[in-house]
Amino acid sequence: MDVTTASAREIASAVSLKRTSAAEIAEAMIAQVARVDGELGAYLTTTPELMREHAARVDARIAAGETLPLAGVPVAIKDNMCLRGTRTTCGSKILEHWIAPYTATAVQRLLDAGALPIGKTNMDEFAMGSSCENSALGVTRNPYDRDRVPGGSSGGSAAAVGGLAATVSLGSDTGGSIREPAAFCNIVGFKPTYGRVSRYGLVAFASSLDQIGPFARTVEDAALVYDAMAGKDPHDATSVDIPVESTADHLRHDLRGLRVGIVKEFATGDLGAEIDATYRRAYSDLERLGAELVEVELPSAKYGLATYYLIAPAECSSNLARFDGVRYGLRVEGIDVGDMYEKTRAAGFGPEVKRRILIGTYALSSGYYDAYYVKAQKARTKIAADFARAFTKCDLIASPAASTPAFGFNAKSDPVAMYLMDYYTIPVSLAGLPSLSVPCGAVIPEGGSHPMPLGLQLASPLFSERLLLGAAHAYERATKHAEKLAPRVAVAG
Amino acid sequence: MASDRIDVPHVAKLARLALTPEEVELYGGQLAGVLRFVDELRELDTESVAATAQVIESRNVVRPDAVVPGLSHADALAGAPAAQIGFFRVPKIIAGAD
Repeated sequence: MDVTTASAREIASAVSLKRTSAAEIAEAMIAQVARVDGELGAYLTTTPELMREHAARVDARIAAGETLPLAGVPVAIKDNMCLRGTRTTCGSKILEHWIAPYTATAVQRLLDAGALPIGKTNMDEFAMGSSCENSALGVTRNPYDRDRVPGGSSGGSAAAVGGLAATVSLGSDTGGSIREPAAFCNIVGFKPTYGRVSRYGLVAFASSLDQIGPFARTVEDAALVYDAMAGKDPHDATSVDIPVESTADHLRHDLRGLRVGIVKEFATGDLGAEIDATYRRAYSDLERLGAELVEVELPSAKYGLATYYLIAPAECSSNLARFDGVRYGLRVEGIDVGDMYEKTRAAGFGPEVKRRILIGTYALSSGYYDAYYVKAQKARTKIAADFARAFTKCDLIASPAASTPAFGFNAKSDPVAMYLMDYYTIPVSLAGLPSLSVPCGAVIPEGGSHPMPLGLQLASPLFSERLLLGAAHAYERATKHAEKLAPRVAVAG
Repeated sequence: MASDRIDVPHVAKLARLALTPEEVELYGGQLAGVLRFVDELRELDTESVAATAQVIESRNVVRPDAVVPGLSHADALAGAPAAQIGFFRVPKIIAGAD
């Protein structure tokens, strides 16, 4: 078995059957990361010693007869999730040297299931961005073209899996931060229903939207990771107490009996002939698999971006108030405590974080609160109602995950141009729906020399993860788009 | 909605963010752009629509009032820029006090 390309399912099975050991898997992955990450820049911190420690523990537990669904599976963790004793930077100078004193629930559940922590991955600072370029701590490159971005904000986690420097990884998605980088890196990225996975130990950006989810090279692997971490957590009062249906053992081979909604307002004609053709082909593939295609309308979805760029900054300005130089992270001394706060935050935060704090503070400030923040919350109600209405006519909604393939570095200098990358994912996030991106083809981008991947976004009603992952698996199995492109990084040899 | 230019120094003060004059100029222009963009929400009729704070129906959560293990004192202080005798240490807060 080649550990660098093996699936999580294959690794867990081989370790459980003692055909290989977690220790061997760990050594192979540590060597692989050393080989390829210089080029990728996916990791901000690697944790080889911790990985070996966990591998030894997993081997002992397997020897003792335990069943571990992720036995020996190497996992990369986005650097906004706490892993005790390891630095957790959020891609920010303000937390550059901060060591997490506890472990996030989602991470802990994967470790308990036998996963091995490879390290912490690069990200747009505090998860604000769509390219990973807003990291203050490093550059991550797209595994399919090193002159292009990996997407964001979970760019490191996507590049690690797409670039064969991790088997699976965790990201967080607020407005598309799992689905867009998954599309850019030719992998599967899955954002569960809001509240399905505990946010305890995830550094908060926009608390009513943030959700942890997996990246994997197959839908089945994403389902395995989801199954291991979903469910109520007493440490997160917003984690929902609705029984979790296992997904990995309920994947479908066809879409018979399902109605797939194609959104009238998301017509792909303006995206260019090749991209348009790719999505049309994806929709007809869904039909070929037995689904009935129906047109649905989301008349308020076009207001999604404006709604999001009020709600998310408002929540961020409140959440990031805690970074004040007192309890953790950077401190820049001042003449008094107020001066210290202002200087610390000025030195610690990068431009996009400052912009969002300013927008959010403005939208929440006296005189503007009703006109901006409350108006956006009402728009959110309308967007969620649109989806609820659409789901009376269909079981799933299909659309692009992003409007273009991965773009070059410094291509989006206007903040609003960058925000537009998440046009299709943001309305889904505002409605809290489970959603994923699965590879659906490739096109040669403007100025490019070779094909770059595209992602198909599928979304489904609240808490219908089994249906969503099942359908995505049927599509993946029939089309095998991910296998038609190979990453351009040094692979095991 | 008002889409006049944001009073950036005032908002920065509210956000406890020191900005250079260059940043005030840069962010002033960029934030005006963002506001022009979000102003399209004005077209959307939200009369008699309730505001959504969170999409998942949730009720207040309570737990038994029992002592459970939590973060230790030492762990809680370990990441602090300055700590002394078991407390976070901050610069003086009351002007003139010494």
